[in-house]
Amino acid sequence: MPEKKTLFQKIWDTHVVAQPSDRSPILYIDLHLVHEVTSPQAFDGLRVAGRNVRQPLRTVATVDHNIPTEPRGTPITDLIAARQIAALQANCKEFGVRLFDMDSPDQGIVHVIGPELGLTQPGMTIVCGDSHTSTHGAFGSLAFGIGTSEVEHVLATQCLAQQKPRTMKIHVRGRLADGVTAKDLALGIIGQIGTDGATGHVIEYAGEAVRALSMEGRMTLCNMSIEAGARAGMVAPDETTFAYLKKKRFAPRDWGQAVEYWRTLPTDDGATFDKVIEMDAAQLCPFVTWGTNPGMVAPVTGRVPEVQSLAETDRHSTELALQYMGLEPGKRIEDIGIDRVFIGSCTNSRIEDLRAAARIAKGHHVNGKVRAMVVPGSQTVKRVAEQEGLDQIFIDAGFEWRESGCSMCLGMNPDILQPGERCASTSNRNFEGRQGRGGRTHLVSPQMAAAAAVMGHFTDIRNWRYQ
Amino acid sequence: MKPFGVHRGRAVSLDRINVDTDQIIPKQFLKRIERTGFGQFLFYDWRRAADGKQDEKFVLDEPRYQGASILIAGRNFGCGSSREHAVWALSDFGFRAVISSSFADIFANNSTKNGFLTVRLTEEEVATLMRNAGQIDKYEVTIDLERNEVRDGQGFFAKFTMDAFVRHCLLNGLDDIALTLRHEGEIAAYEAQHPVPQALQPVTS
Repeated sequence: MPEKKTLFQKIWDTHVVAQPSDRSPILYIDLHLVHEVTSPQAFDGLRVAGRNVRQPLRTVATVDHNIPTEPRGTPITDLIAARQIAALQANCKEFGVRLFDMDSPDQGIVHVIGPELGLTQPGMTIVCGDSHTSTHGAFGSLAFGIGTSEVEHVLATQCLAQQKPRTMKIHVRGRLADGVTAKDLALGIIGQIGTDGATGHVIEYAGEAVRALSMEGRMTLCNMSIEAGARAGMVAPDETTFAYLKKKRFAPRDWGQAVEYWRTLPTDDGATFDKVIEMDAAQLCPFVTWGTNPGMVAPVTGRVPEVQSLAETDRHSTELALQYMGLEPGKRIEDIGIDRVFIGSCTNSRIEDLRAAARIAKGHHVNGKVRAMVVPGSQTVKRVAEQEGLDQIFIDAGFEWRESGCSMCLGMNPDILQPGERCASTSNRNFEGRQGRGGRTHLVSPQMAAAAAVMGHFTDIRNWRYQ
Repeated sequence: MKPFGVHRGRAVSLDRINVDTDQIIPKQFLKRIERTGFGQFLFYDWRRAADGKQDEKFVLDEPRYQGASILIAGRNFGCGSSREHAVWALSDFGFRAVISSSFADIFANNSTKNGFLTVRLTEEEVATLMRNAGQIDKYEVTIDLERNEVRDGQGFFAKFTMDAFVRHCLLNGLDDIALTLRHEGEIAAYEAQHPVPQALQPVTS
């Protein structure tokens, strides 16, 4: 009887180039995504060693992290950022790497454009110098973030020596209720297993709730895998995957053959995982983070925790978090007022996210004390949204409609919080200072963010008055 | 890469769990295109007031910990962003190693590429070292990679484990890329069987 394999194991096995007796296996990398922040030192390393980019055609670059979201053509006033962008442009030119630059109609957040161009495909190994590379696992690929030394390594060799991670299955029974999104599923999982709950593991998400997710939803879920410490997150490819990819620009030319192969990838019945976690979709609800890591999460109908109710090992970090966040223990989540709203990031800036947020915003107006911005994940998302009139819904409701990029997810560009400002954000990290020094971030779904913008505080979207 | 053999140095403890790389080096310092000079920005928002003035209350800036080269920290150190700048900042500041009960994967990986050690000990052992660093003046710890040991000359002794190959590279300061290129034949053979997909080929008209 043939060995029962997981999706992860199948991809791993087909990518081992060499298995040195004294070293971690050497894996072949099918696709290397590159951006301006984590690559300049890697290209420099190549030059110093007199090496080339081994597979320029398997290397694709864009600018996303530090670029302004003001109208394109506005000069970049941050000269250090401009120098970093210029370095990527020069490096791509020198080494023959395809670049979707500032003025490209395909520019966008690297984890948004990979899938929407059809570069991301089932069965692939994909790396990028960015921890949210786990996003691409939504297609049934093995995709993980690497540091700059490994970026250089992949540029030079198209390979990586990797210790084999352990596997974890997260099986979600039942269906998500209305108003409960992939973001809430991700936050619910991290809240349960913790920010290091999946360290050293590749997660495969399975079960009815996961199968029912759109590709956008699966990307949101896999994106947040790293926030649970996982190396990668994956969802087995299925008809939803194939329908999304068909006719995308870089989709396989021999489509029939590709789909035939992709159908062989899902985990075999009877294959085993190192760890299995069962969850019940019915137990999930819209979540809001209250602390300074994504595991510090509560239902929107809940309260900020009482420190005394927590395990002793968690008390100190909780106290520090509440102090930073300016929150009293026991405060109702719905009573937390906000100053800013950010709808965007590689977690939640795709067309489906913007549609969902627009449905909430339509016919309402952003609360007078709130400044809210919508930053589409890519130029393509922006164009489609404008064709559908979503931009007008947002603008009429008082949201700012910006150009694509990472923006206030990490505040490397001018989009940042001021000290003490409180933000409902659809991004992935609520770390201290992440969105600007002294800024206070609450992670939520796009719907919850849009509703908070209107109300000026968090509110349960399951009771929303749609116009 | 600088080899790591036996290192003895002053230890300082940062008694926090889940120290993320956004804290180790905040994003405003990631725009530089060099590998060096990040030490001055280490834990910037914790060490400095909003106007950039140094706050000497932060443990790294206490006079008695000046010159520390071993950081002892709570579990899940280095979580979050993949930025290797975090390792560059610690290293440039003068640290050679971090001791914790657990590390985030990408941070640990990045460390090995820079001759920087992530040493995993048990929670109890880490707690003991933290206590000692807080109570004993000019407290020094020895990290002995040749023997996989941590000791302090005052009775503390612990063994740690590390992937054999990673250890070999660290001990000898080996260049990872050159090691992979030793498999050039196998890589080329793999590529012959897995050519670049047609869709990725440049458009020629």
